[in-house]
Amino acid sequence: MTDAPLLEERPRTLAEKVWDKHLVAKGEDGTPDLIYIDLHLVHEVTSPQAFDGLRLAGRPLRRPDLTIATEDHNTPTLAIDRPIADLTSRTQIETLRRNCEEFGIRLHSLGDIEQGIVHVVGPQLGLTQPGITVVCGDSHTSTHGAFGAMALGIGTSEVEHVMATQTLPLTPFKTMAITVDGTLRPGVTAKDIILAVIAKIGTGGGQGYVLEYRGSAIRALSMEGRMTICNMSIEAGARAGMVAPDAITYDYLQGRAHAPEGQDWLDAVGYWDTLATDDGAVFDAEVLLDADTLEPFVTWGTNPGQGVSLSDTVPDPSGIIDANERSAAERALEYMDLAAGTPMKEIRVDTVFLGSCTNSRVEDLRAAANIIQGHSLAPGVRMLVVPGSARVRIEAEAEGLDKIFIDFGAEWRFAGCSMCLGMNPDQLAPGERCASTSNRNFEGRQGKGGRTHLVSPLVAAATAIRGTLSSPWDLVQDGDE
Amino acid sequence: MEKFTTVTGIALPLRRSNVDTDQIIPAVYLKRVTKTGFEDALFARWRADPDFVLNNPAYEGARVLVAGADFGTGSSREHAVWALRDYGFDVVLSPRFGDIFRGNSGKQGLLAGQISEADAQRLWDIIEACPGVELTVDLVSRTARVGGLTVPFEIDDYTRWRLLEGLDDIGLTLRDEARIAEFESHREPWRPRTLPARQVRL
Repeated sequence: MTDAPLLEERPRTLAEKVWDKHLVAKGEDGTPDLIYIDLHLVHEVTSPQAFDGLRLAGRPLRRPDLTIATEDHNTPTLAIDRPIADLTSRTQIETLRRNCEEFGIRLHSLGDIEQGIVHVVGPQLGLTQPGITVVCGDSHTSTHGAFGAMALGIGTSEVEHVMATQTLPLTPFKTMAITVDGTLRPGVTAKDIILAVIAKIGTGGGQGYVLEYRGSAIRALSMEGRMTICNMSIEAGARAGMVAPDAITYDYLQGRAHAPEGQDWLDAVGYWDTLATDDGAVFDAEVLLDADTLEPFVTWGTNPGQGVSLSDTVPDPSGIIDANERSAAERALEYMDLAAGTPMKEIRVDTVFLGSCTNSRVEDLRAAANIIQGHSLAPGVRMLVVPGSARVRIEAEAEGLDKIFIDFGAEWRFAGCSMCLGMNPDQLAPGERCASTSNRNFEGRQGKGGRTHLVSPLVAAATAIRGTLSSPWDLVQDGDE
Repeated sequence: MEKFTTVTGIALPLRRSNVDTDQIIPAVYLKRVTKTGFEDALFARWRADPDFVLNNPAYEGARVLVAGADFGTGSSREHAVWALRDYGFDVVLSPRFGDIFRGNSGKQGLLAGQISEADAQRLWDIIEACPGVELTVDLVSRTARVGGLTVPFEIDDYTRWRLLEGLDDIGLTLRDEARIAEFESHREPWRPRTLPARQVRL
């Protein structure tokens, strides 16, 4: 800590400022820094073994008042008032409930208005704030970086570490600026930005980095859009993604249950205003993306870096020089049952999934509802609409969005991770093809043998109307709008 | 955690890149509340294919996995490390690891050593030419040896030290408890607290 004054003097990035502010002990001789954790989010899947570890060692939970839990991965999205049918899922949920009771952790259970996907719940409660450190045993914790927080996905051993010490030993990350300048055309969204970024830098391109999203196109995004982008930072291999807080951030936060109030609010804003990257601060790497020319973007393969513009065709692996990449592409096409050269827009889907921590907030649902209103679901296609939290569901219903989806022919579900991962009843059947607003198109991710195309909520909506991968631009050409 | 110095065991070649943790252990196996018993879940979907390398009897009892780049990307599930350990692996060598996976490995005594793409290729060639060949991984010298080939691997100094000493992270951190308490005494009052729960006023 002796060099803290020096750190203050040189221009720093947003990530470095948050890091420095949370330094409990500076590492020496190659040991990591000890970083204080402001907020620990807990869910049922990655916590039971951590609670066991605490019990075995006789250690208390250090800060119940900085910890909050919800149920999301295992929970069904139908008949939530009945006991969970899958016994192992039910056991995991019941284990979380017992553990939260024993350790005094606030828990939002299935049926509670604040229950939902952990990365939707934190922001909606106003707990996710600029300049904090937040961790969760879930890789999509990067979502919270949209507020200018340092948000890290961690493993179960680290979950136990945070429970016991409220800190983590961490080696400083490198920083990467991802600058997106220009104006998105109508029909192009935050999801298209991040899919294009991952295609550009690859699934390993962000490894060891904290990404900071900058530029006029990022500044113009809502908090929901920024969360979508930060959410998928992990898909580029990054430890975290961040956006500097601004008036849009403050407007989103003010008045939420756990946002600071009165003088605390003024003090907090005073600090938050200092967080933006200083002029002259140096990033270890920089990436540029042009928003003006960006088109709706979709994936064709089995990792999130395997994406193209929707107007493009399935790429030909024989054109890939790197042997490993080429064989990965060949495997992906075989798994996806796609032929090189097929126009993406000719790909027919069986299922459309609108949901997940990437795209299940009320703005996402609103955007999709706006497209489908007055249309009907393509024959032979099913569409699941899964709000990110019970509160999102209620807000959407207050706007009548549920009625639009139901009239269209979609299924209106209760909140949870749902079809983003094959852990609850919502799964693809083998061979089924899905346009999904989620974050991972890995083999079997949405169910054994299922095939996933990652898309934005707008592309999901247009695809549900036409039955083939489509964007709102195609609806205009159909003369529908 | 047991101390880790050298491991000699059968090496298994996994000629695939981008092996995400959903492939290492599919989500359906994450419902257990225990830390052991995940060996059958390792690469469960791929193991359904009789030609998958893990099903080759020549590699039975393998302790060193040599994989392509970007091993362990995606989900943070530490179950991926538990499954590899439960199956019997002590070491994974790859040209690049998912960051969270690498962190999880170091905490469970699984050595994640980073090798060059060219060395991965060389190791695969040797192992496949002689299936069941034993490979020695030496954490002290940070090298892997098989046949006449010795290749270096990278691992950060801190993780290496903890593996060599068999140290528990939480115990190490709690030595700094006074500094944690001191830090907490300076935290601003407006930083978020989950308790007491506040009502939504929107």
